[in-house]
Amino acid sequence: MDPMIQLTAAQMAAKLRAGEITSVELTQAHLRRIEQVEPTINAFLHVNAEEALETAAGVDKIRAAGGAEAEKLHPLAGVPIAIKDLIVTKGQPTTAASKMLEGWMSPYDATVVEKIRAARLPILGKTNLDEFAMGSSTEHSAYGVTRNPWDTERIPGGSGGGSAAAVAAFEAPLALGTDTGGSIREPAAFTGTVGTKPTYGGVSRYGAIAMASSLDQIGPCARTVEDAALLHELIGGHDPKDSTSLPDPVPAFARAAAEHDVAGKKIGVIKQLSHGEGYQQGVLDAFHSSLESLKEAGAEIVEVDCPSFDYALGAYYLIMPSEASSNLARYDGVRYGKRVLPDDGPLTIERVMAATRAAGFGPEVKRRIVLGTYALSAGYYDAYYGSAQKIRTLIQRDFDRAFEQAEVLICPTAPTVPFKLGEKLDDPLKMYLNDIATIPANLAGIPGINVPGGLSEGLPVGIQFLAPAREDIRAYHAAGALEHLLGEKGEAIWQQIPELEEVH
Amino acid sequence: MSEISRADVEHLARLAHIAMTEEELDKTVEELGEIVDAVKTVQEAAGEDVPATSHPLPLTNVFREDVIGHTFTPEQSLANAPDADAGRFKVPAILDEEA
Repeated sequence: MDPMIQLTAAQMAAKLRAGEITSVELTQAHLRRIEQVEPTINAFLHVNAEEALETAAGVDKIRAAGGAEAEKLHPLAGVPIAIKDLIVTKGQPTTAASKMLEGWMSPYDATVVEKIRAARLPILGKTNLDEFAMGSSTEHSAYGVTRNPWDTERIPGGSGGGSAAAVAAFEAPLALGTDTGGSIREPAAFTGTVGTKPTYGGVSRYGAIAMASSLDQIGPCARTVEDAALLHELIGGHDPKDSTSLPDPVPAFARAAAEHDVAGKKIGVIKQLSHGEGYQQGVLDAFHSSLESLKEAGAEIVEVDCPSFDYALGAYYLIMPSEASSNLARYDGVRYGKRVLPDDGPLTIERVMAATRAAGFGPEVKRRIVLGTYALSAGYYDAYYGSAQKIRTLIQRDFDRAFEQAEVLICPTAPTVPFKLGEKLDDPLKMYLNDIATIPANLAGIPGINVPGGLSEGLPVGIQFLAPAREDIRAYHAAGALEHLLGEKGEAIWQQIPELEEVH
Repeated sequence: MSEISRADVEHLARLAHIAMTEEELDKTVEELGEIVDAVKTVQEAAGEDVPATSHPLPLTNVFREDVIGHTFTPEQSLANAPDADAGRFKVPAILDEEA
């Protein structure tokens, strides 16, 4: 493997600025790696080699010419990036990993993609996911599973398993994800990488294919906290095209990630998400040794009680399918996407729609649409959707109280290490339980970050920091500190990944 | 035991415009029952006095100036259409002739 691709994005950017490497070399090295490991990993649904190299050559040309234009280049200019295939891009297909959108070419770019193009990051391609981001393992993709580069018999998490696996396997230093109930953080935990779900509205959602609009959020995936922070700074900020976008300026996340000082800081351990049924001992061991490190560095560890979290999973699996069933009503085979004609009988639009949706959607998407349709139907609305919205209030109150006692909260990101392919595929409820620690943040709109916290039986364990809404900077600060403390003891987790067999 | 019957699932599939096979319907009855049993625990904690939250952060409606922004050409709009004719989307009959 080319040592160039094993650097952090910040190191790559520094070398590009210093003229030690060119963006074309760096992009080519990543494209080679993609070619070599994709037969095993399958993180990409589309590889965008030609356009990526064009962008890279453009950056190199500007830099070689020097002067004002070179000075104006974004610090990450020339550093390649991968985009989750739920985010629309001109010039490349966007499928949401669904047969419904097979071959669909977006006529516009998502706002985050416009920003990435303006900053001149070569886009390597589009990454795999669970269909329409519905899943926790990337096994629900219509285009094959993505394998975990730590152990290719295991899942990489989901829904953003492609982005996380690509970053972990050195196919890309940076990637974009989306997080509705943990789809950035859980795959980051399972691949020993870093992923942030920003405060709701902190990053524009314009051009993210909608699943559950009150929960969806685009965010960064990277190998280090600093890299995630740098990418977050690039994609964050107000967007008039997203009416839920926050008007706040983007803080200096990367600087906070580099501070490392936790002395005197209060960190709250969430009582409901730090032990109990379903938590593997290896995960708890890594969690406790992370707490120990923070304590030794002078942090004050307190316990916070969030009793309503016991109902978070139930509330989430009512609200999310309800919103998803409405959002996915647009796939009707009329203006774009798949159209399937029924085998027999009259060709009415209703029958075409039903045949199209039967053929275009996979089993998990159908399950959630039917569940959402049920939760919203007359006579059940108050009992299900209405009750779930009340739980949302209670969860927000729990967080408000917790943040009076601590500056950030901490818990394991997932109760287990990555599981085997197929292990939970036939048991939807078991699969849903994976999201137990990540969904409260989406329900409350607050930011959360996953940072590697150690290994259990050779597999990564993720630690999640949560901060109040609009205080993403606190999460970066805490995650940067823990990463630094664990790094002092030896190699970073992401550097300990076993060598993948390369196809030459 | 779940209160979701096979007739319920058939009705839901019709509302959701998904033509399900007999096998899919059978499986959905079972799965939906289990999931609904698990998620309906929310009712225990949702007291009368708790207000509902529809959105994570309080928002007010956003307006913009009434000026033409970015628009697509007819060609761009039709580029992904399953069927088009004379600059328009072409769709199957809206109504069944017998209806």
